[in-house]
Amino acid sequence: MTAPAQHHAPAPHSYVSPIPVRRAHLGDALASEWTKIRSVRSTLWTLGVMVLLMVAIGLGVAAIAANAGEQGMGDESALGFGFFGMLPASICVITLGVLTIASEYGTGMIRTTLTACPSRARVLTAKAIVFFLLVFTVTTVVAALVGAVQVALVDAADTPTTGEWLRATVGAGGYLAMLGLLSLALGTLIRHSAGAITVMIGVLLLPLVAAMFMFSEALKSVQEWLFTYAIPSQMIALYAARPPFGDDGPSGWEPLLIMTGVAGVALAGAFSLLNSRDV
Amino acid sequence: MIEAVGLTKRYGAKTAVYNLSFQVRPGVVTGFLGPNGSGKSTTMRMILGLDRPSAGHVTIGGHPFRQLPNAPRQVGALLDAKAVHGGRSARSHLLSLAQLAGIPAQRVDEVLGVVGLQDVAKRRSKGFSLGMGQRLGIAAALLGDPQVLLFDEPVNGLDPEGILWVRNLMKKLAAEGRTVFVSSHLMSEMALTADHLIVIGRGQLLADMSVTDFISANSADFARVRTPHTEPGQREKLTAALMEAGGQVMSEPDGALRVTGLPLPRISDLAHDADVRVWELSPHQASLEEAYMRLTQGAVDYRSTDDRLAHLQPPQQPGHPGYGMPPQPVVQDVPQQGWYAPPPPGQNPYAGAPGQQPVPGPYAPPAAQQPAAPQPSDTTKDAR
Repeated sequence: MTAPAQHHAPAPHSYVSPIPVRRAHLGDALASEWTKIRSVRSTLWTLGVMVLLMVAIGLGVAAIAANAGEQGMGDESALGFGFFGMLPASICVITLGVLTIASEYGTGMIRTTLTACPSRARVLTAKAIVFFLLVFTVTTVVAALVGAVQVALVDAADTPTTGEWLRATVGAGGYLAMLGLLSLALGTLIRHSAGAITVMIGVLLLPLVAAMFMFSEALKSVQEWLFTYAIPSQMIALYAARPPFGDDGPSGWEPLLIMTGVAGVALAGAFSLLNSRDV
Repeated sequence: MIEAVGLTKRYGAKTAVYNLSFQVRPGVVTGFLGPNGSGKSTTMRMILGLDRPSAGHVTIGGHPFRQLPNAPRQVGALLDAKAVHGGRSARSHLLSLAQLAGIPAQRVDEVLGVVGLQDVAKRRSKGFSLGMGQRLGIAAALLGDPQVLLFDEPVNGLDPEGILWVRNLMKKLAAEGRTVFVSSHLMSEMALTADHLIVIGRGQLLADMSVTDFISANSADFARVRTPHTEPGQREKLTAALMEAGGQVMSEPDGALRVTGLPLPRISDLAHDADVRVWELSPHQASLEEAYMRLTQGAVDYRSTDDRLAHLQPPQQPGHPGYGMPPQPVVQDVPQQGWYAPPPPGQNPYAGAPGQQPVPGPYAPPAAQQPAAPQPSDTTKDAR
């Protein structure tokens, strides 16, 4: 320290930042994605509309059923009415899932993000986790509240079992969140908001609509398969103890497993393509 | 230190960048010039690991970007000022990037102050002007206090005060020992900011040299000669004499002559010998802008044509009036665009090897225009 003037070494990388350097990890990416998802209004709008639809439709259907009186419920519980709110809610979830990643492509933000974190897998993992937890929490809580009111309103229906309660809350929330992850994966693959949302709404509704018009005898097996495995049918099956369509169709927890598998495959494709593709 | 070796990028049949090799050294501002579509942004994206090169490689401090440990703490970049989610506030945008890179949150408020956006930090960036957007992009680049900085067109949309600020900021960052790589279309701006230039055209390296060398190597000097317009015969006479002596003569729209290949005293002597009075004999020296335009004139992809309003005119009368016209005059007109004086003899701008000693043009002063000396910046107060 006697001759500080001698310290002139203009070697490469001579600038050293005084801010302590530490390695970023997945936790940092999670915090970042949480900041991103809560700082745009589209999140509030899509989730707000979703909650509104689930509550309004769920309670409306329950009120009509309660007025109709004793007949017609059989051994079903009132929780099955949750399906009617779940279908429109899924459109909101699809929109949010696609926007979570496709809006970054639309604005060019993805380049800034991937410059701040070259590990693309970490970015997509963080997005998927934050999005899944957000949608799962909101839908599960709302489904539980709506379910409780439905059970209280409709006296004619059976008292739901614990299994039915779990499927109508955690199961429904998980199913919608997985559907959202499928949308997120598709948004990563297509990189365009409107395109990915259109494709997802087609996947959601078209199989069922197409099956309705398959009058030909030759298409009977295709029609049956579509009726059994279309996404709305799977949502109905989630509330049912026995397969509601066909004898070997999904029921109970099986729709959630199917959707988890589909979302997993789509996410794997999204990971590999995101990692290899130019942005 | 950024080092590119044989960098090539193809999109299908189109080659955006071909066999590009250069080094960007720390401690100086390196300008990156080229016409639109010449591959500047593609090169920057490859440096940042966003695009994968078709061949060759580029490293920062010896590592490819995606393998850098703590990449955001070593490299900061402004690629596109509009690459921001418009619905997010400036502060949230920077906070999300800081969190992603493991940078303390108080650094966000610091850089907001550095770029002067502290008063609009809570506003959604959708309402930002282009200049404010550039400032936000610069803030994002400075977030990690990195030693390597890339800026793609940082002064686009900035007002004069903002341009001065960016210029001083670049110089200050380089003076701190950082590597600063700036692309721009504004040659006058580069002359004042950059110490070193890398010029590309159609994806290939055209020049890699210091600004002073670049200007003298590519200077497009010529002499302007004006004869009395009251006596048109004198102009023809002088033109003939100059061409006989080996000069190239072109006619300017206002009647003056543009002479290359002859030094000023020789032009004066020739005029004297031919008994022609001269009203103007002036040297014309190239700016960086002209030197650049001349270097890249063969590599411009997008060139405008005259708007002739062709199909709005009445049809041509039969009996082409062009026939029987006298032959074209010997003296060509100076084209509206795309013509610059040829290089000094024996010099091919496309063969400009790095570090080559340039031969000054016939009218070049002993020392070509020096870029302004770096001034200590007191407008920015980045605590780091």
